[in-house]
Amino acid sequence: MMMLLDKLQSLGHSSLSSVQRLGRGHVFLLQVLPAMQGMLFRPSLLIRQMYSVGVQTLLIIVVAGLFVGMVIALQAYNALVDFGAEDSVSVMVVLSLLRELGPVVTALLFAGRAGSALTAEIGLMKATEQLSGMEMMAVNPIERVIAPRFLAGFISMPLLAVIFSAVGVMGGYLVAIELLGLDAGAFWSQAVAKVDLYHDLGNGMIKSAVFGFVVVWIAVFEGYDCVPTSEGLGRATTSTVVHSSLAVLGLDFVLTALMFNE
Amino acid sequence: MSTRTIEIAVGLFVAAGFAALFMLAMKVSNLANYTGDDGYEISASFDNIGGLKVRSPVAASGVRVGQVTGIEYDSGGYEAWVTMSIDPQYDKFPTDTAASVLTSGLLGEQFIGLQPGAEEEYLIAGSEIELTQSALVLEQIVGQFLYSKAEE
Repeated sequence: MMMLLDKLQSLGHSSLSSVQRLGRGHVFLLQVLPAMQGMLFRPSLLIRQMYSVGVQTLLIIVVAGLFVGMVIALQAYNALVDFGAEDSVSVMVVLSLLRELGPVVTALLFAGRAGSALTAEIGLMKATEQLSGMEMMAVNPIERVIAPRFLAGFISMPLLAVIFSAVGVMGGYLVAIELLGLDAGAFWSQAVAKVDLYHDLGNGMIKSAVFGFVVVWIAVFEGYDCVPTSEGLGRATTSTVVHSSLAVLGLDFVLTALMFNE
Repeated sequence: MSTRTIEIAVGLFVAAGFAALFMLAMKVSNLANYTGDDGYEISASFDNIGGLKVRSPVAASGVRVGQVTGIEYDSGGYEAWVTMSIDPQYDKFPTDTAASVLTSGLLGEQFIGLQPGAEEEYLIAGSEIELTQSALVLEQIVGQFLYSKAEE
């Protein structure tokens, strides 16, 4: 009987603390958004963060995009050659990259590489009391530290997603023409006929912007709200990757249902 | 790392992003077909449009000359009213041009095929195509076939 009550109590406690955490996260967001005006006076903050968040993620995005594009081309060929429709390999490669894989895989890689780095950096600043030190000097730590990282992540994600898709298409083209021996002209003309600029590319970019917002919000909040010990920092970093991955996949379903339901 | 190097790297990153977006938009999507703003609109009515959709292509002799811009149901005449936009460079369609709903390939999407007639006056914006042929509905054809077989 006591065990049941204890279990119920811990369930209630964790639910309440989750809701409180969500609330803190939203209050935090409402603090970060107006703090972005500080970057109008100090654009070097934003540039520096875009380097560490965007440019340094480029390598993994380009390599991953190349291989994903090549794999899709191979698998699409295997699936379509039985119907004599192997000329549609380009359509499958381009549509799956632009609509789904570009935004989603980029967001997952971004969460793993840049998101965890952001969480660790901000968490360490909190643990070594640098954020409190800034407050003592009347420097707003949200304006100085958090907002540039937030905006850098939000700007970098769509750029990275589109680079991923472009490199993936090139990888698919290489595999289709060199390895599988398809016709280059048919490859591009099929893609041009079936891919719509606003419906496919535009929706993919909207998705990647939404994913970028969510991933960088989770990363920055986990760092800001972490328990300021080394163990807490490790847990916060793991939590960033896990929560942003789940959020990205869940949002992907919602957005796909809204955008591509006919 | 010096500020200058960092800024150059970020500039390259943003430029690469825009170049990728540009390449995807130009090479891979149907951006080239978005010149339909300055086409002229003509209309036609069909008994059955089958699987025709807005933005389906309009072709003459297999060459794309425009796209469908609107599909409505006309309750007065109980038929489908289709408006299409033809590229301005193709302005020599005779007024007795025939429009039929055709299918590209066996299972492909449906499009409107234009067959020019022999009149001397040409279609202009707002004109209507009189001769139309509806889409082939598989069930009706099978029904006709069975009916004619039963009669033998």
